[in-house]
Amino acid sequence: MDLKLDHYTEGDTEIVVVEGEIDVYTAPRLRELLIDLVNKGNFHLVVNMEKVEFLDSTGLGVLVGGLKRVRAHDGTLDLVCTQERILKIFRITGLTKVFGIHSSVQEAIDKRSSK
Amino acid sequence: MATITLTISALPAHVRTARLMAATVARRAGIAASAIDEIRLAVGEACSRAVAAHKLHCPTQPILLQLIDDSGTDPVSDPRTDTSSRTLRANGSATRRFEVVVSDRAPAKDTEETANHLEPLLDGLFLDGEDTPPGGISGFSPGLGLAVITGLADEVTIEPNDAGTVVRMSWPLQADQTQNPSSN
Repeated sequence: MDLKLDHYTEGDTEIVVVEGEIDVYTAPRLRELLIDLVNKGNFHLVVNMEKVEFLDSTGLGVLVGGLKRVRAHDGTLDLVCTQERILKIFRITGLTKVFGIHSSVQEAIDKRSSK
Repeated sequence: MATITLTISALPAHVRTARLMAATVARRAGIAASAIDEIRLAVGEACSRAVAAHKLHCPTQPILLQLIDDSGTDPVSDPRTDTSSRTLRANGSATRRFEVVVSDRAPAKDTEETANHLEPLLDGLFLDGEDTPPGGISGFSPGLGLAVITGLADEVTIEPNDAGTVVRMSWPLQADQTQNPSSN
């Protein structure tokens, strides 16, 4: 399955919806979208990964790259993910400490607002 | 012992094909369902690493993927070979294994990553955009890929040499699941 990308605005947060497989072939498209959103002034991003079927280190690299970009503008990049197979990859690489990982988009927005 | 060999051009699009084939063959070999995801990811990482290395050094050369099912259920295998390999297993403590070998042809001295090298691994983590080497694949960090492989495979060896790097990964086979045709 290929990668499907979508995004919408919720308050001051841009929600990126990712569906399918993020790998060495498809990750550049996600990277372009994140860069584009940041360039357009969206510094608070939530990436909804609930429909992601596969994620590899290339995808992780893109997410870390996105985080680096928003942080340069004092922004945030949070993830929504409850799938064990995807969470495992974040755990193996120690990235659970780098990203805020939430169980729903609303939770991600609420947690940031309360900070 | 049965071996399936796949040769792919060094293109990111083919990495998925390699992943799917590895997962299918592993399932047929009787690998536990929980380990199939690990194999899929580890094989994808090894192939991504190889594709990235080829893209920089030898884009026209192919990458070799070998899937070796050591379950001994191959009906056409030579009985003598079968016997000798069984003896070997009986002597050693090693269980029967499913092995995946990814061989590239990019000179290893130019690709500065090893599984034990933590510094480049952390640097590689933040490889993005401006940091991508000319001709490299954006977002791909070899160090992180190797870290994932070592985290997922039951046994891993990485043999870098002048003619290329060979990544060997293996997982134990469960004897009672090896001949379950419905698991396909």
